[in-house]
Amino acid sequence: MTVALSIENLRKHFGGFEALRGVSLNVEPGELVALLGPSGSGKTTLLRLVAGLEVEDAGRILFGDVEANNLTLRDRRIGFVFQHYALFRHLTVEDNIAYGLRARPRRERPSVAEIRSRVGTLLDLVQLGGLEKRFPAQLSGGQRQRVALARALAIEPRVLLLDEPFGALDAQVRKDLRRWLRDLHARTGHTTLFVTHDQDEALELADRVAILNQGAIEQVGTSDDVYERPETSFVCGFLGETNRLPVEFAGGQVFLGELPIYGMAHFNTPGPGSLYVRPHDLQVTEGGTGALSGIVLSVRRIADRRRASIAVPGMPAAIETDISSGFAPAVGERIGLRIMRALTFNEAR
Amino acid sequence: MVDSARDRAPAARQPARGESLAVRVVLIGIALAFVSLMLVLPLLSVFTEALRKGWDVYVAAIREPDAHSAIRLTLLVAAIAVPINVVTGVAGAWVIARFEFPGRNLLVSLIDLPFSVSPVITGLVYVLLFGAQGVFGTWLAYNDVQIIFAVPGIVLATIFVTFPFVCREILPIMQAQGSADEEAALTLGAGPWWMFFTITLPNIRWGLLYGVLLCNARAMGEFGAVSVVSGRIRGLTTTMPLHIEILYNEYNSVAAFAVASLLALLALLTLLAKALLEWRYADELAATRPL
Repeated sequence: MTVALSIENLRKHFGGFEALRGVSLNVEPGELVALLGPSGSGKTTLLRLVAGLEVEDAGRILFGDVEANNLTLRDRRIGFVFQHYALFRHLTVEDNIAYGLRARPRRERPSVAEIRSRVGTLLDLVQLGGLEKRFPAQLSGGQRQRVALARALAIEPRVLLLDEPFGALDAQVRKDLRRWLRDLHARTGHTTLFVTHDQDEALELADRVAILNQGAIEQVGTSDDVYERPETSFVCGFLGETNRLPVEFAGGQVFLGELPIYGMAHFNTPGPGSLYVRPHDLQVTEGGTGALSGIVLSVRRIADRRRASIAVPGMPAAIETDISSGFAPAVGERIGLRIMRALTFNEAR
Repeated sequence: MVDSARDRAPAARQPARGESLAVRVVLIGIALAFVSLMLVLPLLSVFTEALRKGWDVYVAAIREPDAHSAIRLTLLVAAIAVPINVVTGVAGAWVIARFEFPGRNLLVSLIDLPFSVSPVITGLVYVLLFGAQGVFGTWLAYNDVQIIFAVPGIVLATIFVTFPFVCREILPIMQAQGSADEEAALTLGAGPWWMFFTITLPNIRWGLLYGVLLCNARAMGEFGAVSVVSGRIRGLTTTMPLHIEILYNEYNSVAAFAVASLLALLALLTLLAKALLEWRYADELAATRPL
């Protein structure tokens, strides 16, 4: 048995809306998999189906080789961390974490002392020692999120499911917690599936990323796979910033209007298509053939790099390019661009 | 630690007060004048009127057997109607807040029906249904069950009239809180009843308390519907409000006000109980505000 969770051809609709249209995914034991997609892509629905909070129309879910349908919600042993944590506001931190242990039937319930020691261990794990008597309202967002995680871990889940775990936190806290969660996962090794719409978060945290669009998985792979070798134009456009150029493929060349701009597209069938170029795959040149030329519209600083918008004739939108720090083009200056690397997709849009 | 400066527990907020002193004085003055004129003054007059002929007359009016039986009946009716409305009200609110089903909106409107229909009409409908000439009249008479002009009719009418209080009070709370807490409890392994008693009920308990208090006050004070279905058989089917009216119509105003003062006292006790609970559990109330 090498698969902790397998999802087979799952379908789900709400009224006339098809939330999932045949989704399959395998998660290996100890793996951290991100479900990434825009809102409405079905990622939260998928998570809720795995948890047993919704019932699928078709397809099946297996934990190892146990079919999930045969299990009650209790026996599924899913650690679910809700987007807004869903902490029990009338219970202290301690009682929140102990809830899953106390909810067990009497014969399976650990003793009072055992529960206390388990709660203590979990509090240390999420670095909240000393706050056990607080109520959720007396905690910060990041602390609440860690209580929710400890509560989910208390039932020793088969699979940990996190729904937009950092969605409600501000940027700095998100970054800290992201790193912390990565460490925690490395130490505890829970099989984890988490939902996010934040590409950076998915790429940084996950062993593998599954990209969802309109109820179907577009691609599953490591961060490098999906970022550098996107299989569909959606994945390419969704991950990171990309310039999309409406082009024609002919004879192994890519043409923008009459101009050949890129020459490594021999695998494409002739006809109209799209060329996707990331800002850092463009190089500013002195002009000449095989390059685009345009007028600098603006230059901005984005953290450690500088970004220029270039108006290129025949392009519907300005082209974004990274520029090296040694080079400072003036607004209105005419510059040339060479495409160093690009992805091509046959699509008639 | 992963805490950062911008991620602190919430601090108490200071309300913004932009109004000038004069505006505040005038507004508070108007509110106080209104409250004393419309609420405090009538209440005081009930007690002064009741005690107008001295303490002995007051006590005698209350000790009188018909008054006694009216008090007992009122308490009995409330003791039956309130628990029934708590159970059905919670169940109704839960179903409406948690599930989508055909007829849900109709059900929401139906809950308000007792508020929108005059209690007298409610009483008449019950008479039409369960009275001797009513729809079920023959069957009931054959089986020797008396509902109209008897205690069961009074209880039924009271349940109908007071139904919305509990349900209306907790429905918005349940809707605002959403079902995430309950789902969390279920994924943590709680059974449905365990979830209900450890999560659902604590989350709504303050709303439920207010609902129960209001429901109880109305159950003890209901006049119109009870007046129609009871038949006003003195000493048998007269609740306190009915008894008060009978006494008043007999120009026995001291006795009428004496029983009225008792009814008012019950209402004041209810309010006192609520205030005490709020004071006792102030910390918890603050802690359980929506996150």
